[in-house]
Amino acid sequence: MARSITFQQAINEALSQEMARDPTVIVMGEDNVGGMGADGEKDAWGGVLGVTKGLYPKYGDRVMDTPISESAFIGAAIGAATAGMRPVAELMFIDFMGVCFDQIFNQAAKFRYMFGGKAKTPVVIRTMVGAGFRAAAQHSQMLYSIFTHIPGLKVVIPATPYDAKGLMIQSIRDNDPVIFCEHKMLYGVQGEVPEEIYTIPFGEANVAREGKNATIVTLGRMLHVALEAATNLAKNNIQCEVIDLRTTSPMDEDTVLESVEKTGRLVVVDEANPRCNIATDVSAIVAQKAFRALKAPIEMVTAPHTPVPFSPDLEDLYIPTAAKIEAAVLKVTGYKG
Amino acid sequence: MSGIFKLTMPKWGLSMTEGRVVSWLVEEGARIEPGMEVCDVETDKIANAIESNLSGTLRRKVAQEGDVVSVSGLLGVVADASVSDAEIDAFVQDFQAAFVPPSAEDESGPVPQKIEVAGRTLRYLKRGEGGVPVLLLHGFGGDLNNWLFNHEALSGTREVYALDLPGHGESSKQIERGDIGELADAVVAFMDAVGIPKAHLVGHSLGGAVAVSVASAEPERVASLTLIASAGLGQEINADYIEGFVAARTRNELKPYLQQLFADSDLVTRQLIDDVLKYKRLDGVDEALRKIADTAFAGGKQASLVRNELAEVPVPILVVWGSADRIIEASHARDLPGNARVQIFPDRGHMVQMEAAAEVNRMLDEFLR
Repeated sequence: MARSITFQQAINEALSQEMARDPTVIVMGEDNVGGMGADGEKDAWGGVLGVTKGLYPKYGDRVMDTPISESAFIGAAIGAATAGMRPVAELMFIDFMGVCFDQIFNQAAKFRYMFGGKAKTPVVIRTMVGAGFRAAAQHSQMLYSIFTHIPGLKVVIPATPYDAKGLMIQSIRDNDPVIFCEHKMLYGVQGEVPEEIYTIPFGEANVAREGKNATIVTLGRMLHVALEAATNLAKNNIQCEVIDLRTTSPMDEDTVLESVEKTGRLVVVDEANPRCNIATDVSAIVAQKAFRALKAPIEMVTAPHTPVPFSPDLEDLYIPTAAKIEAAVLKVTGYKG
Repeated sequence: MSGIFKLTMPKWGLSMTEGRVVSWLVEEGARIEPGMEVCDVETDKIANAIESNLSGTLRRKVAQEGDVVSVSGLLGVVADASVSDAEIDAFVQDFQAAFVPPSAEDESGPVPQKIEVAGRTLRYLKRGEGGVPVLLLHGFGGDLNNWLFNHEALSGTREVYALDLPGHGESSKQIERGDIGELADAVVAFMDAVGIPKAHLVGHSLGGAVAVSVASAEPERVASLTLIASAGLGQEINADYIEGFVAARTRNELKPYLQQLFADSDLVTRQLIDDVLKYKRLDGVDEALRKIADTAFAGGKQASLVRNELAEVPVPILVVWGSADRIIEASHARDLPGNARVQIFPDRGHMVQMEAAAEVNRMLDEFLR
């Protein structure tokens, strides 16, 4: 599989292949068809950054533009899912989820439970997450932790083009509501992706690098930063195991615990704000279930407890860096009790 | 600089860009001959010994143990005693100054092709030119990369094709009946499509049974048969392996089964497991493997025994096995018809063409001449 495509193309290909395979798959969202206003089909832009580009000419009315009313179209997507469709709705930025929390938290997440397993809600909500895009405090947050907290939702955060395609196809086929978080800084990342259709199961972390001295658990864009840190540390013969969670609900505890039992040292890297995030969650699980294996206190590398700054210099300080991760790893490996 | 030869990092498989020198197996000053194993190298996928293609004295270990060297990079220098140390220094210096590692995108070597054959897409990789072509047929759940240590070595003087059988690798996944005959028909159709009138067939495991089936149906199309840890020569097959391989969904589920393929289970790396999982997660693979397993290996019994057909096949036959094979026992190589030459490698497993690559390549090269 020598073919290399971008993260963005991988998501587009997953949508297109599933639409071709299954007529119940539909795509909807703001500007998903094309918002340029001219010559609709030919000019179709396909979403604010072009992820759904080219789907409208192929699938016509199964790709729908919606009004700028998230509560209306997310509600419509959830309703369509209960009625037998498999909608993939794009809620442009995760920062805007607040306007349709009831539809997501109280409706989609609860149907299967409250109707005794007789209702299913196979909806995918695609949304952009993360900082680094100079998009300021209302378009840059990393809010996956909020959705991870809600039973009944599945939460997916791909880090590579290969994972983006396989996890998107799995999300479409899953019978529960899925929040699919796309880091906007990853759209241009290239990687090998099979042309064929494939799925990656939820709840299986990817061991992106093996090592025996410390475990770095991370997800999303931070995988790439953590791998950079691990490469730098390897020059000083500190071998880090780097684990990409891929999904936070369900979450693969076993792979994390097995790794910590081997290395005895844990650094969790999370781009989200520090309170009640994935880093605190993973840390709590490890402290409870692998306490005896730990040879040093757990370190967390996260954003600070502030909104994402608009100043480029401050935004760069806000996002965890390889240097901060290396410092945290040196702290756990150098711990003397 | 005549008389100075370089020992370089080989390229094992399509994605290899560099390898780590684990240990040298010969000392500086030692005499080496073609076919001798000179150093152990590991990649993120696999570990193996590098075999010399040179004759002379190992004068310099340029790469030290632990060094990571890119593909085609200099590992060592071979020359006769008459060459001075200064000349070797100059040779190394010149090489290193001029050396540009091939980039990952720079596919200088051959790349796999796809061809439409009887309603299916089949992927294959062709190396080398001339002679009667050789066709490599992998086993159950495998693909053309199973020959990564053999394909290039065999293609020095002849055309060698490695094929992804239907249901496998990047070939189409639809399988109709799942018996050996269906796969053999696909192989014959492939030979027609690429214009191979006659070939040496080399089959591993399931691919061995397919090769015999082709030879028996179309003997005039087959120049010789090489059967490596072949199916079809006895009834028993490790049902636990077949079931476990088909059912495994995760890394941890799959690992113990892949380890059964090798005598040295350390050869099963994270990358190897991930590659097999990536294949198993393609749409249609589960159904294809299930159908073949249920048809060809139901209940741990091989449905298709081709042992008796071997006596009728009027071509040279080479049978190769590892004595520590945990999938199909090496005892299946006993009491074969007189036209079969049998070679058992001690302490090697089912993937004997990987675990004893140098010896298997040498034997095959000689057999195919």
